[in-house]
Amino acid sequence: MDTVRRIIALMLKEFVMVLKDPKSRFVIIGPPLIQFFVFGYAATYDLKNVRYAVFDESRTVESRQLLARFEGSENFELTKTLLSEKEIDFVINREKARLVVHIGPKFSRDLHNGRSTTLQVIVDGRNSNVALIALGYIGRIVEQYNQDLVKNGVISMDGPGVLLTDRAWFNANLQSRWFIVSALGGLISMVVVMILTSLSVAREREFGTFDQLLVAPFNPAEILVGKSVPGMVFGLMDALLFAAGAVYWFGVPFRGTIGALVLALGCFILTIVGVGLLVSSLSMTMQQALLGSFVFMMPSVILSGFATPIENMPNWLQIGTLLNPLRYVITALRNIFLEGAGIGMVWPQLWPLLLMACFTLPLAGWMFRHRSQ
Amino acid sequence: MTPRYLFFMRLRGILRKEVLQILRDPSSIALAIVLPLVLLFIFGYGVTLDAENVPIAVVFNDNSPSAREVSARFDLSPYFKTIHLTSIDEATLWLNQRRIDGIVHLQGDFSSDLYGRNQAQVQVIVNGIDANRARLIQGYANGVLQKWTELRQARGEPVAVPAVKISQRIWFNESGVSRNFLVPGLITLIMTLIGILLTALVVAREWERGTMEAILVTPIRRIDFLLGKVLPYFILGMLGMCLSVWIGVTLFHVPFRGSFVALLILSALFMMASLGFGLLISAAIRVQFVAAQISIVAGFLPALFLSGLIFDLESTPRVIQIVSHVVPARYFVAISHTLFMAGDIWPVLLPNALALFGMAVLFIGLAFRKITKRLEG
Repeated sequence: MDTVRRIIALMLKEFVMVLKDPKSRFVIIGPPLIQFFVFGYAATYDLKNVRYAVFDESRTVESRQLLARFEGSENFELTKTLLSEKEIDFVINREKARLVVHIGPKFSRDLHNGRSTTLQVIVDGRNSNVALIALGYIGRIVEQYNQDLVKNGVISMDGPGVLLTDRAWFNANLQSRWFIVSALGGLISMVVVMILTSLSVAREREFGTFDQLLVAPFNPAEILVGKSVPGMVFGLMDALLFAAGAVYWFGVPFRGTIGALVLALGCFILTIVGVGLLVSSLSMTMQQALLGSFVFMMPSVILSGFATPIENMPNWLQIGTLLNPLRYVITALRNIFLEGAGIGMVWPQLWPLLLMACFTLPLAGWMFRHRSQ
Repeated sequence: MTPRYLFFMRLRGILRKEVLQILRDPSSIALAIVLPLVLLFIFGYGVTLDAENVPIAVVFNDNSPSAREVSARFDLSPYFKTIHLTSIDEATLWLNQRRIDGIVHLQGDFSSDLYGRNQAQVQVIVNGIDANRARLIQGYANGVLQKWTELRQARGEPVAVPAVKISQRIWFNESGVSRNFLVPGLITLIMTLIGILLTALVVAREWERGTMEAILVTPIRRIDFLLGKVLPYFILGMLGMCLSVWIGVTLFHVPFRGSFVALLILSALFMMASLGFGLLISAAIRVQFVAAQISIVAGFLPALFLSGLIFDLESTPRVIQIVSHVVPARYFVAISHTLFMAGDIWPVLLPNALALFGMAVLFIGLAFRKITKRLEG
């Protein structure tokens, strides 16, 4: 009973520490929410309004029909019509356009003679991902144009050909926003919780109040629980808010169960609280704690599969990502949101998280006492 | 004693204090040297948007030479690691279990369709959850089929050639290697970390620990104080930058086509803008915990999301594009992409450099005003 009373007292103190200062009250809720919305819009691999220039040497009905399809696409935006080949250099180098569509002088003559003709596309490769995606869009437009030429009898199919049809499961329109936004909440709540908990012990160490806490009648386990609860509460609150935002604002489908969502987020936040307290217990100053949490957060964001797939990494690094808590929650969130996973289906992602928490939390508690100047 | 002599004496004093403070707590040096190394290593080896060895299933029931040839083309492609299955149901199950990322299905009687009706269907089914990857897989599959058509054409077989073919050129990065644009972006991120994160704490720390009062009673003036806080971190940041560029070019063979002088000047501008931003946070907030949160929320995360480092800025809604203009990293990402891959193209570099210069002046000016020599803020 005494233990419970002491833990409650400590928890109250921790909450007061965070909530008494209006600025620190604000930074726990305000900026994370703003970020969630801004990044939800910003983080997408789908291209819109790619600025392109046209160099049409053919100037015929056919070339204009093809170009009209570019103008009709919301992926592209015409910025300039070029009059000479030299201008291509100029617009690409100076980023006046990100790609140039070049139609040669023999374009429609070739088509009418039943010969195949080429459409030249020059792309700025400074962002190679944008370049490749844009080329993919152009491939679609030209493929459609080719099929329509056959259908309208402009040219005839003169030999055996292959027709490629494709379908994408779970996300038919291949919107990358769903993929990103469903996982974004995990990422942002990790940042909030990590900063909150990693600074909590370090701050007391810097101010010298931690020694007082150690001589007070608390045992390390009680300190551990008292220090963990605020991080858990604020983290879970933020993460659930983000989940609601993903569904109600961004229209990400929610196909799984609420129970699985809460459980997955709870396990994840617990693990992060453990890592944060461990970093904090190792740090003597707030600067060290902050840098320590960055040393943890940067690689874990990069190696989480959030922005770049884990499958693309070399094998040894894929094995390394098994130690990354963010990896599990991102997979779990995507499973829950997009694939309709329940608790049973996400369990493989949860036990590693719990295992990590079982390791980091006691270690942090032990460090409270055993690390001193 | 001339005023200039006095100025240097004061500056030397405060610089000595700052340098000692950095040296005593090696964590900031670690941030400048160790973190870039670790991140570059991870980024360089691990992070790529280019898929290789994607596990896919090739499903066909027709044992004709042409079907087997198509399947062999998929086997040979470096992009795919193929598994041969005979039933589409089995492949569907595998796709659901995430054992494969896609299915290539040669439908019906592939070869009789191909030669009898002049059109055979190939269906490509991908898991669309990671849309970017899904799109790449579709593109690769399309490329494999095109290669096959070209092969048949080269052998003199009759083939349906598409009326319009695309001949594509990707300038500056002919083979589309994503590492070439991710590594320059990473350098921006590392400099942001050093510039904003470290400096965000330095003034707030003095207030919180009460040492600001000690400084207030010394003859140190605001300008000395500011320079003393900025210079050591500036040097740390530039060291981190040089180290990252060196590793990027030598170890990861990222091209560097611009001039080193341009890189030095422009990164110095970016460093000043970041430092100014960090100092402004620090001077305005005075509480380390809040300063740290704000530096991450307003400094680090926008540098990751709103800079064009990974996600394309021009495809975002207009409002976001406007907001992104206040993120210094945005300008430096544009600069580093151009410097590394395209060279010294001043019409691109100059507007970005001007923006950075403006931000540096603005932030440092505001920080200067905020650092009052009074106790009540």
